[in-house]
Order: sequence, then C-alpha cells, then structure tokens
Amino acid sequence: MCQPIGVIFRRELYSYFSTPIAYVFIVIFLFISGIFSFYLGNFFSRGQADLQPFFMFHPWLYLFLIPALSMRLWAEERKSGSIELLLTLPITVTTAVLGKFLAAWAFTAIALLLTFPMWITVNILGNPDNMVIFAGYLGSLLMAGAFLAIGSCLSAITKNQVIAFIITLVVCLAFILSGFPLVLDFFSSWAPAVIVNTISSFSFLTHFDGITKGVIDIRNLIYFASLIAFWLFATVALLEMKKAD
Amino acid sequence: METMVEIQKLRKQFGPLLAVNDISFQVKKGEVLGFLGPNGAGKSTTMKMITGFLAPTAGTVIVGGDDIVKKPLAVKRRLGYLPEGAPAYPDMTVWEFLGFIADIRGLTGTARNQRIDEVIQRVNLNAVLHQPIDTLSKGFKRRVGLAQAILHDPEVLILDEPTDGLDPNQKHEVRSLIRDMAQEKVIILSTHILEEVHAVCSRAIIIANGSVVADGTPSELEAQSETYNAVTLTLAEPQSAATDIRKGLAAIQGVAKLIPITENEQQLCYQLVPQNKQAIVTEVSQYVRTQNWSVAEMQVDHGQLDAVFRHLTAAA
Ligand SMILES: Nc1ncnc2c1ncn2[C@@H]1O[C@H](COP(=O)(O)OP(=O)(O)O)[C@@H](O)[C@H]1O
Ligand SMILES: [Mg+2]
Repeated sequence: MCQPIGVIFRRELYSYFSTPIAYVFIVIFLFISGIFSFYLGNFFSRGQADLQPFFMFHPWLYLFLIPALSMRLWAEERKSGSIELLLTLPITVTTAVLGKFLAAWAFTAIALLLTFPMWITVNILGNPDNMVIFAGYLGSLLMAGAFLAIGSCLSAITKNQVIAFIITLVVCLAFILSGFPLVLDFFSSWAPAVIVNTISSFSFLTHFDGITKGVIDIRNLIYFASLIAFWLFATVALLEMKKAD
Repeated sequence: METMVEIQKLRKQFGPLLAVNDISFQVKKGEVLGFLGPNGAGKSTTMKMITGFLAPTAGTVIVGGDDIVKKPLAVKRRLGYLPEGAPAYPDMTVWEFLGFIADIRGLTGTARNQRIDEVIQRVNLNAVLHQPIDTLSKGFKRRVGLAQAILHDPEVLILDEPTDGLDPNQKHEVRSLIRDMAQEKVIILSTHILEEVHAVCSRAIIIANGSVVADGTPSELEAQSETYNAVTLTLAEPQSAATDIRKGLAAIQGVAKLIPITENEQQLCYQLVPQNKQAIVTEVSQYVRTQNWSVAEMQVDHGQLDAVFRHLTAAA
C-alpha cells in the first residue's frame, strides 16, 4: 500500500505498538472483558453456551477504553506541532483523518480478535450458535468504530489529551444512555412516543443489542456506518477550519 | 529568470490582531530570500499561509503557477517546508521518519532509498539514524527537519528559522547546505539573526508588525543605514590641535556631521557623516593631505544591517 492513506495507516498502527500504550490497552481490555463476563455476567452458571454476557459489557468497556485510545489522535499532533508537518504534506485532510481512524479501528479489531479464547471456551463447553457469536463480534467492532469516530472529532478540538478524553467519554455516555430503560422511562412518562423512539434510535445499546442477538439487521449496520461517517466528516470540517490552534 | 513564488496582498487576521498586513513580493529561481523581523512580526504566519497550513484572510499565494487555495496538492508537492521548531513524530527513529516522508511524497523503489541515503549524507544524520527522534539534541532534530524538507528535492524550500538554537558549527553547516542548494531552487528562510542574511541571502525583506518595511539585496538595505558612507578617521596628532582639526573637517564639502570618538594625547578619532549618504572619502583624504596631518587609520562605513533593522522595526 503506497497510497498516502495506506502510508498514514501504517505509520499510525506502527506507532501504537512502538509504545507501551498498545500493550497496556490490550491487557486491560482482555482482563476486564474476562472479569465482566465471568463474574458479573455469570458466564458459567447461566448454563448456556454463548457469548452474550461477554458482549453485554462491551459498551461500558469501550466507554472508558476508546476515549483513552482516541484522545491522542489529533490532540497529540496539535501538542507536538506535527500537525503542521502532516497537513503541509501533499495529502488531503480527509486522507489524514481516514488513515488515522482506520489505524485506530484496526488496533481495536486486533484487541477484539485476541479475545478468541472466549470463543474457543464456549465451543468446548457446549454447542453455541457461531453465527450469533460472529454477529456479536461484528456489532462490537462497529460500535468501537462509532466510539472512535466520535473520539477522533473531539480530539481535534483541543491540544489537551485529558480534555479530549473527558469530552469523548461524556458524549459517548450520552449515546449509550439514550437507550437505557431508566432514561427512556423518564422520557416516556411525559414525552410523546415519537420523541422517545427518536432518542432510543440514537442509542448504541438499541442497535448493538439487536446485532448481538444474531439478527444482522441492515438498519443497525446503516446506523453505525452513518454515525462513523458523520463524525469523521465533522473531524475533517473541524480540521479544515482550525488547523492551527 | 522565472518567478516561482508570487505573493499578493496576503493578509491574516487573528480575531482583532492583524498579524500579516497586505504583504506582496515575488521570488525567482535562484534567489535566497531572507525574512527578517523581530519576534511576532508575522514571519511564521506568512510562511504558514504559503505552505497551505493557514488559510489567508485575503490575498493570493501562487507557487509555480498554481494557487495554494485552489490547487493545494499541486503546490504542496513543489514545496519543502521546515516549520518553526522542526516538529516531527518523536516516537519514530530518524530512519523510519524519513521513510514515512518518502512514502507520503510518493518516492518508490531504489529511487526512494537512494534519495534517503543522499539526504542522510547531506545533512549528516548517520550517527543517529536508528535513534528515536525525541532522544535527539536540538541540532540533530533541526537537521532531521531539514532532511525531511529537502527529501523530494523540491523546487521551493520554505525554512522557518532553520538555524535557531544551533551552535556556531551547526549554523555554518546549515548555511553552506542552503548555499549549495540555492542555484536550482527558490529558498525562503526566516531569521532574526542578521549575520545570516549576509551569509546566505541574495535578498532580504524586513517585516515589522505584519508589513514589509524594506525589500532589497543585503547591500541595498545596508545603504539605508544612517552612517552609510561615513568616514572614520584616526589622526596621530596631539590633543592641542583638536579644535582646529574639528573645525577643518566639519567644513569639508559634503560633510553633514562630525562625531568625536576619541581625543587624547596620542590620537584623535572622528566619524564624519555625509549629507544624503554621498561618498565623501575622496574629499576627506584630499583635505587631510593638504593639511599634512599624519593619518593612523581611515575607514569607510558600508552601513550596518542591524542599525537599519532597528531603525525600521522600532519605528513601526
Ligand atoms: N494561531 C494564532 N492565533 C492568534 N494569534 C496568533 C496565532 N499565530 C500567531 N499569532 C500572532 O500573530 C503575530 C505574528 O506571529 P508570528 O507569525 O509567529 O511571528 P514571527 O514568526 O515573526 O515571530 C504574533 O503577534 C502572534 O502572537
Ligand atoms: Mg516565527
């Protein structure tokens, strides 16, 4: 891949692994997702061979881990001044945004793939529906992409990584909570059904749950794809507008 | 020779601050243009607009016939740019970093590797090739920035304070590098070190508060010096003769002002400032000969760039 986007992608992905960040991230990801599914999700005592409890906690896991990954995407470029180098090279802003995003996404895909022992375990213990598991992985990856796209945009507004982390976390939390029964109940007590449905239709949870149940509904795929597209587009617009601080 | 860079009425407004105020100039192939100005004058901002990092509030930048706003990629391919402070990716080694730049610039195969090797030789990076950039000294970081800028052998080179923070030897190296490349390129560099202008620039533009206050060859700029063509005369005459000598010198045709520098038992030293910066050295030496004074030393002032610089930038 010698297209500029591939060059950026490789540099970024490589940079994850040239620092301890990548390893710390992966270890924490594997460790926590294990704890969540075995202890909180009653992985064994449910007596069912599937990965439902494993996937159930992914939105919450991503809520903290993805902002930690995405906060550096642009904030660090701004901080070190390398953004001036990058954006005066003969590439478009879109190329830079996509290259960086895809690298971060590929990195989360690697972390996700490393959870394969879970999949082996359930296959040893019973006879799971592997299509459902595949759908779960797909849904989880798409959701990670949406989190990352949000994080990409919000890390472009500041040179401070901590601020990028916090804002991303808050926005992602809003996207999760908008499908939470408690929140929806609150709205349904006074708002018309249309509004409640609109709020819930924006939620990660609503669409993610749909996919992890094994139904790969095209609407859920479109939801995540358009969410990613929107936030990446916003990243490009923001950078075009405000390259220097 | 062909004009490579054409800047017209370039302007940049940061909120209430007018950082660059209608700057216009042209640069031809083979010229090394020095941007001079005190800190905050607008040098970096101008360079950021030329390289497409900042969008101008008004005005145009045309490089090699293409407008930076309309055809950014075409222009960026022609440019090599060393931003202020030479930013790079700190976690990459020098070798990896140059490889990355070469790939982005579309260099491939043996041409790519050859070019990287060439540049490494040229800016002397062999010793640190496999060191992460954040472990390098300031001098080496600057050289990495230079290497990155010249890697694709660009037609136009924009260098923002290329020698800032370097020791005298490193400065000398960077300057000879710039001189070596000058012939086939357009080089625009900013500096606030005046000796640098003499060392490398064929032309200098002085900027103050966002506006061009002077534009010319280094000697032309120096000619604007208050003391240009002034004659400094040291006579081996006793102090007792001082009053007569002063009177005589001040009366020479063309002398506007006489400034006493030293007067003691061994010698008398004066600076004679001409009217309208005209040459007065012939008149002065003829007069001194007719008086039979014994001359210890006589010097003609060719003007001082720093005096001109201070005069122009302090007034604005
Ligand atoms: N991104 C920015 N936002 C607001 N003001 C800026 C910005 N960049 C530069 N300035 C201001 O513009 C002026 C010119 O700055 P600069 O071009 O960096 O000067 P120089 O390079 O000549 O030292 C300064 O007053 C500086 O504070
Ligand atoms: Mg500057």
